[in-house]
Amino acid sequence: MSVSAAYPVDLAPRGFDRLRAWLTDVWVMTRRNLIHVRREPMQLTDVTVQPVLFTLMFVYVFGSAMVLPGGGAYKDFVIAGLLCLNLIMSAPGTAVGLASDVSTGVIDRLHTLPMSPTSILVGRSLSDLLAAVICSAIVALTGLAIGWHATTSLLQVLAGFGVVLLFSYAFHWMAACLGLAVSGPESAEGIAFIAMIPLAFVSNVLVPAQGMPAWLRTIAIWNPVSAVASACRELFGNPNPSALLHAWPMQHPVAASLIWSLAILAVCVPLAGHLYRRKTRR
Amino acid sequence: MGNSDLMIEARGLTKRYGETLALDGIDLAVAAGSVLGVLGPNGAGKTTGVRILTTLTPPDGGGARVAGHDVVREAAAVRRNIGATGQDVTLDEALTGRQNLVMVGELSRLGRVAAKRRASELLGTFELADAADRPVKGYSGGMRRRLDLAMSLVMRPPVLFLDEPTTGLDPTARQGMWSLIRGLVADGATLWLTTQYLDEADALADRIAVIDHGHVIAEGTPAELKAATGSQLLEVTLSAADPKGAAIVEEFGVGQVLITDDGRRLRAAVPSEPGLAIAVLRAFDVAGVGVDDIAIHKPSLDEVFATLTGADAAASEPVAVKEGALA
Repeated sequence: MSVSAAYPVDLAPRGFDRLRAWLTDVWVMTRRNLIHVRREPMQLTDVTVQPVLFTLMFVYVFGSAMVLPGGGAYKDFVIAGLLCLNLIMSAPGTAVGLASDVSTGVIDRLHTLPMSPTSILVGRSLSDLLAAVICSAIVALTGLAIGWHATTSLLQVLAGFGVVLLFSYAFHWMAACLGLAVSGPESAEGIAFIAMIPLAFVSNVLVPAQGMPAWLRTIAIWNPVSAVASACRELFGNPNPSALLHAWPMQHPVAASLIWSLAILAVCVPLAGHLYRRKTRR
Repeated sequence: MGNSDLMIEARGLTKRYGETLALDGIDLAVAAGSVLGVLGPNGAGKTTGVRILTTLTPPDGGGARVAGHDVVREAAAVRRNIGATGQDVTLDEALTGRQNLVMVGELSRLGRVAAKRRASELLGTFELADAADRPVKGYSGGMRRRLDLAMSLVMRPPVLFLDEPTTGLDPTARQGMWSLIRGLVADGATLWLTTQYLDEADALADRIAVIDHGHVIAEGTPAELKAATGSQLLEVTLSAADPKGAAIVEEFGVGQVLITDDGRRLRAAVPSEPGLAIAVLRAFDVAGVGVDDIAIHKPSLDEVFATLTGADAAASEPVAVKEGALA
């Protein structure tokens, strides 16, 4: 049985090899998370069944009572909003996934390997991005099935999905911070939901901001989620009542979305790294 | 520090968790190719020690080198030279045994093809080939421990840390684990083995360090530790009750002679010195007292441990090591 060597080795990867090694680590961790999803497909309901339910519910229940300032059909208005809503509602999954990873012995195993610890976080963010892509596709397909359509070019429509997915990626890093800041998977889930709900609903995602009381409208206008929904509506050529509001993020929703996304990434990626180290190096 | 024959060196390791001092200045060294058994009750600091030496936790004070590398400043180099099996099994429950092994191989920079080959090899060695493609969730305790150990060995590391590798295993699985560990030692690995079981340390370790409340309270070979706690027990069974017998035993013993079995069985604590059994036998022969049996009981490690930690010796049933039983 030859299972061990008798003398120490020291083969640290350098330069380009180091990048390649990091990318391998990220890929291995991403694949590991995907195996988890395959074993428990029910984990995916928040990006598969939920988008269909939400889309049908909002279009037929809310839509029946909604008159949009500036005109247009509610179903054309709400699909961009539902993209945002569903991606936000899947963020607690990231918080829970990371919180349970760091609370099990698996993480100790990984830390005794010569791998890059950052790949654990990046791998998680990438597998969740993949789920977000699936989620967006399901929302779009459900929308198409009930008569939603974009009026712009394919390139603009893709740019719209790009904007919302970039924001979703950034937002999941925010959820990652939350998952790493709390004590365990159970509290991660609870707290993440409480944090996500006002963000998702105090916005122009489901209703035009025009009808809100002035103070609430101000919050909604500056909520990054509103900018992203408006950006999508603009890029899809869908009704966008917020364009009538005189506020910078509503007048330049695409720029505002990109700035918000990059700002969140700039804060949350290093913060997640810090929280991760604090959590695991005890 | 810096002795090249030492694979593990810890100097003055301290670690504090809030008010609790988990480690209070641990000095230990392990020579290449040898096994150090780290023995102690729950909460003694065994796991904290392993966490520091495997780079999982930085020490608050002191330092350590593993395979010649500093555990804090050269953590990455240390990780390339160690395998570690934690007290909490460190497996990914949702993955199969094979997927776990391949993941570790790939993250250790083996490359996918080599990682797969190594995984198959280890699955065979550790008798997990049949369960290889089932999720770990359904594995038995013994299978988990074996897989966990296999995962520590993917890169054939020269230094291994096994934190209570047999805790919670049934006797058969425990024996299996022991023979795997003996195989590693035969291959030249250096082992740091923590355990709560004295027989385990006795069976596997070259040297034993007893730790309690974050201190090393004794260190040495199993034999040295047994000798260090002083007295052995002399037990003489006479052919027939004879008052002269007690007088002879009293000459060799320290303290009182305990007489049972209607005066036939005599017991006394005796100092540890060579040739004692022969000398006792000769004394009886000279006195013309018939003897059926003479035995000198070495203290078991349980007794050693109880003496050192001041725990209640009666709580653990000692298994006596019979030496020189004479007819």
